Amino acid sequence: MKYPYFPGCTLYTKAKKLDEAGRECSRRLGFELDELPDWTCCGATFPLVNDYHIAMSGPTRILADTKDQGGDKLVTLCSVCFNVLKRTNYVMRTDEERRAKITDFIERDYHGETEVMHYLQVLRDDIGFDQLKEKVGKPLEGLKVACYYGCLLLRPVKEIGLDNMENPTIFEDFVRALGAEPVEFPFKIECCGAFQTVHSMDVATRCSRNILNSARNSGADLVITTCPLCQFNLDDRQPEILKSEPDFATIPVVYFTQLLALALEMSAADLGFERNLIDPLPVLQAKGVVGD
Amino acid sequence: MGDVLNLNVNESVDRTIAAEPVIGPCAFGNLEELESVPLDRRVMVIGGGICGITAAIDLGNAGYQVVMVDRLPSIGGRMLQLSETFPTLDCAQCTLTPRTVETGQHPKVTLKMNCEVEKLDGGPGDFKVLIRQKITYVDWNKCTGCGTCIQKCPTKSAAMFERDAGLMTAIYTLSPQAVPNKPVIDADRCRYLTKGKCGVCAKVCPVGAIDYEQKESLFEVNVGAIIVATGFDVYDWKNKMPELGGGKIPDVIDGLTFERYLSASGPSAGAMVRPSDGVEPKEIVFIQCVGSRNPEYHKSYCSRVCCMYTAKHARLYKHKVRDGQVYIFYIDIRSTGKGYEQFIQQSVSEEGIIYIRGRAAKLYEENGKVMVQGADTLTGRKVEIAADLVVLAAALVPNEGALELAEILGLTCNKDGFFVEEDYKLSSIETERQGIYIAGCCQGIKDIADTSAQGSAAASKVQVFLSSIRRQKQNVV
Repeated sequence: MKYPYFPGCTLYTKAKKLDEAGRECSRRLGFELDELPDWTCCGATFPLVNDYHIAMSGPTRILADTKDQGGDKLVTLCSVCFNVLKRTNYVMRTDEERRAKITDFIERDYHGETEVMHYLQVLRDDIGFDQLKEKVGKPLEGLKVACYYGCLLLRPVKEIGLDNMENPTIFEDFVRALGAEPVEFPFKIECCGAFQTVHSMDVATRCSRNILNSARNSGADLVITTCPLCQFNLDDRQPEILKSEPDFATIPVVYFTQLLALALEMSAADLGFERNLIDPLPVLQAKGVVGD
Repeated sequence: MGDVLNLNVNESVDRTIAAEPVIGPCAFGNLEELESVPLDRRVMVIGGGICGITAAIDLGNAGYQVVMVDRLPSIGGRMLQLSETFPTLDCAQCTLTPRTVETGQHPKVTLKMNCEVEKLDGGPGDFKVLIRQKITYVDWNKCTGCGTCIQKCPTKSAAMFERDAGLMTAIYTLSPQAVPNKPVIDADRCRYLTKGKCGVCAKVCPVGAIDYEQKESLFEVNVGAIIVATGFDVYDWKNKMPELGGGKIPDVIDGLTFERYLSASGPSAGAMVRPSDGVEPKEIVFIQCVGSRNPEYHKSYCSRVCCMYTAKHARLYKHKVRDGQVYIFYIDIRSTGKGYEQFIQQSVSEEGIIYIRGRAAKLYEENGKVMVQGADTLTGRKVEIAADLVVLAAALVPNEGALELAEILGLTCNKDGFFVEEDYKLSSIETERQGIYIAGCCQGIKDIADTSAQGSAAASKVQVFLSSIRRQKQNVV
């Protein structure tokens, strides 16, 4: 099975391992991510005002390209890209006036035919978590995982519709399929501070601290995420938190594809854990998920 | 001869609707009285809450013969679960039990408990209502209401009347003040009926009223008019609002459950304790508009009574826990009844209750406390409170089964499931079906004062309608 694939800018730079592990895992699971040629940036934020159509021209072009190449599904790994593409597509499907304006401008014929899917959704809906479980060569037994969703993977639910926005379970089901144990923690859908990290870093620090403490208190060994920005905030803010709170217990934050890769018997050495500020290897070794 | 009640065996009854139950004499509640009066003097009231009770007593006092049908084993409805009522803070049971007893003893009122309406035939002035008598496993004609079976029953599990906050036996009456004071067996909980062993109640019953072999039955009642007063239920916030803990945090309860904790006859005998550990809560948070006024995800309407009962809850709590602190999250305060605004003002100025204008977005447990995350929209700040107990003023919705009943009776429900009246302003009791009237919370959420007023209004509408039928007949003669 071949899926048109939109990696997005961050997955070529900061979040390389989210991308690489995702691609390799797809091969091991029997499907292929076929990268769109000449893709552009998705815009990184869905326009916050209704008539800011120019910001939707980029994502619309990406969606139209997918359609023109004969693809009916477009897969993303990044929560931000997923959110922007999916919401733009929602406008294309439901708002005739805005669609006409945008498609006229970019001179394309597009009516929202492409189905935007997150990689997790492919695993759940097309592969099936049961099937995934069978393909897991190295179950991550004993590993307690905090599944951190953030905002963009779920909201607004009417447009995204991936899962229940207040109590999602797709990530937990995924973790169970890998043989690990998901922990319940109340901050799993709280905001990490997102772009506040650029100009009010203390806001992001505070948000991240609450999430990480909550995960740690629920007994998690590590946190997984789908979003490069969440991963950045949650990981990168920890040394800062330690400065003001010496008692703070750090916790590694990794991409879900990295965890998937371990369960599919990829070598930890290829997963770029050295890029994490809080090194996940000690806990992975302690739990026997990664050899010494 | 159409006036004669065709009660015991009715050949015209469609047996296809229920293969098993036999049509036979009704198990309890003599309908001979009903037969003795002409059709234009007979009324059925569906629902035995304060609304139905008021209508039944009014009609009975006016000389009409009333059959009251309720699917529960006793009358009193939701009001019997309440502790004290606003704005006077008088005890709900003290106000209501004289009326339930009056209804139960009224010579003109026949109670048909554990019954549901199955089918409707006939037309205005001559309705034939097929009633399904559910299995109670107790022969109420023999039962004296001595209560020995309840005392001796070894099975105890969460009590529905106590909103699962207390325990009840498998053979039970809804409350100690039950009218009629006759027990029923819950087949899902009873040891004998689930496992075939036990039979204690049958052994101890001095009159041999326990009947494990009892069958469901159907009977038909012929009446001139029908009043529907099926009441309300609490919105299913446990399943629909995971952000509030989804019912998994023991110290997050809804207002109706809190009523039971406040009530002297409740699970804590009126002592102010929280469910998780029985400790007196010192910081308590009330959240209004839970599921109400939320058109995007829940109910778009205002549930109308929550502002008042939350203020009442807060005050009753303060009366029990003098050094306790109350916080109330609200959108705005709707206190439009007589004396209501004064009640609110008094709560704020004299009881030291802190009102926070905003919604609470999230509840979670931390270190034995319920953490409340919310916003104060007047200061624009995020608010976080570590509470011992959180009480949700959850939206009120039509009682379960209202849609099915509407279908049987030929009524219409609006999108929220409330029965639709003929005209909201000028004929809110009448429906599109002549001779069938709606009253109380099944028509739209309202407080006790408005509900009983509507019950009386329905009784008077029925009298006007039936007397017009009488006049027509006399003219024909």
